[in-house]
Amino acid sequence: MIEVEGLTKYYGPSRAIENVTFSVNRGEVLGFLGPNGSGKTTTMRILTCFMPATRGSVRVAGHDVFRNPLEVKKNIGYLPENVPLYTDMTVRGFLNFFAEIKGVEKGTRKARIDEVMANCGVEDVGDKLISKLSKGYRQRVGLAQALLNNPPVLILDEPTTGLDPRQIIEIRELIRRLSGEKTVILCTHILPEVEMLCGRVLIINEGTVVAEDTPENLTTGLQRSHRIHLQVEGPAAEVAASLEEVPGVLRVKQSSPPSSGPHSYDLEVDKSDEARKALARMIVNRGWGLLEMRTIDLSLEDVFVKLVTTENGG
Amino acid sequence: MRNFLPIFKKELASYFTSPIAYIVYCMFLIIVGYLFYSGISFFSILSFQSLNNPNLAQGLNVTEGVFRPLYLNMGVILLLMMPLLTMRLFAEEKKSGTIELLLTNPIRDVEVLLGKYAACMAVYLVMLLLTALFPAFTTLVGSPEAGPILSSYLGLLLLGASFIAIGTLVSSLTENQIIAAAVTFGILLLLWVISWSASFAGPTWGTLLLHLSATEHFQNFAKGVVDTQDVIYYLNLSVFCLFLTLRSLESKRWRG
Repeated sequence: MIEVEGLTKYYGPSRAIENVTFSVNRGEVLGFLGPNGSGKTTTMRILTCFMPATRGSVRVAGHDVFRNPLEVKKNIGYLPENVPLYTDMTVRGFLNFFAEIKGVEKGTRKARIDEVMANCGVEDVGDKLISKLSKGYRQRVGLAQALLNNPPVLILDEPTTGLDPRQIIEIRELIRRLSGEKTVILCTHILPEVEMLCGRVLIINEGTVVAEDTPENLTTGLQRSHRIHLQVEGPAAEVAASLEEVPGVLRVKQSSPPSSGPHSYDLEVDKSDEARKALARMIVNRGWGLLEMRTIDLSLEDVFVKLVTTENGG
Repeated sequence: MRNFLPIFKKELASYFTSPIAYIVYCMFLIIVGYLFYSGISFFSILSFQSLNNPNLAQGLNVTEGVFRPLYLNMGVILLLMMPLLTMRLFAEEKKSGTIELLLTNPIRDVEVLLGKYAACMAVYLVMLLLTALFPAFTTLVGSPEAGPILSSYLGLLLLGASFIAIGTLVSSLTENQIIAAAVTFGILLLLWVISWSASFAGPTWGTLLLHLSATEHFQNFAKGVVDTQDVIYYLNLSVFCLFLTLRSLESKRWRG
């Protein structure tokens, strides 16, 4: 549905994105992650024909964004970051204006507007001026605008910022409902949201793609090490020192010393199972009590922070 | 051109939901009304004096004496008012970011441009129609000639069309409305005073400067003369500025 190849964008001499390549299949929800200034919004703006790329090609629903922008735009519903809206219009007037531009048939226009207003939960503010609306309502009016002509592709740039928890759940529900039939690109900072909604995640940092996989694979497969939680009965300092000597153990951290009872340790070990076997053997041989050993899955947040910071050399 | 009408309606509505249009109408009519009042008062004093002075009476003509200077002055007042109508056209959308929403919808640049331009022209047309009250009122007490008045309105329409085109172009180049207004005002003022140095600029440059002046071309219309040369000048200026605006909008598509 969306094919991006070798996308590069320079603002004058400064690089915004470099050689970004990815594709999104029909009906898929792609999470687009990255720290601020990593080129997320630039990529979205190129996809929606607002800006040209310096190099590379983008095809949306079979149309090239540079050669055939009008067809591309017909196929995309876009919610820009910060949700710019015409604040001097009423919600209904605003939606009617965009329904006309998106070519929604006159006969079905009113019904369609009512439908998206109900879907996005803005039916009770239809006659209010947009300037009088709260951030949450504005966000949903913007989303309603994107859905008006029932486009096959949705590009949402941070759709849930500024919403209260109940509204966030509603919007996520809406995105989940749409995800079967529509292709969605979701730019966000909120990582649990990505884990919840997206079938695939793409992490971008300083303009280049640093990871692309399913959230599950990212949190397990892509890690370079396992994290192990240990509870060992024995002299704390000696145990910690011995643990570090076991081959395959990369780092040992003694976690919050309890007032009484056995100490806990968080270990980082390499991915082979040998390290764990060796650890168990060593503890038993030394005569300490091995009370607990379990692997900890990294959250997507950990992976994200790791990918983004290691690239900086940090 | 399917999207021309929605843009036109939206722009027109926003002139009237924000009080810009009302304020500009109000100030314009106050100033023109004052000029009309002082013109017609002076004319009536002259008329009374001419009762005793037949030589004076021969040169008296309400169209020449009241309306010609009035319309010439209106041209100058437009120069001050027009930037206020045009400054928001693109600058406001760029500032608030709504241009991103608009241009990522299936719409052509030319539709956006013409919709906005036509809306501003409509606002201006209503403003001109409101000033038609003055000649209409004068027919109650005198007999102004229709010809020169109609040609003056044609001239004002063309003059305004070119002023609005210049303002639209400037507004598309900045995201600051004050800058848009100031630059438009500067250009319009320059087009007005550029002919002042024509008398001492030598024959070649003098003719050129006279031809460039937007107000010089209006003189004929105010006299009641519709010369194709003047019509072409205003149409040229309008189309040229609109063309440049379109290029400036399109440049976003290819400029890195």
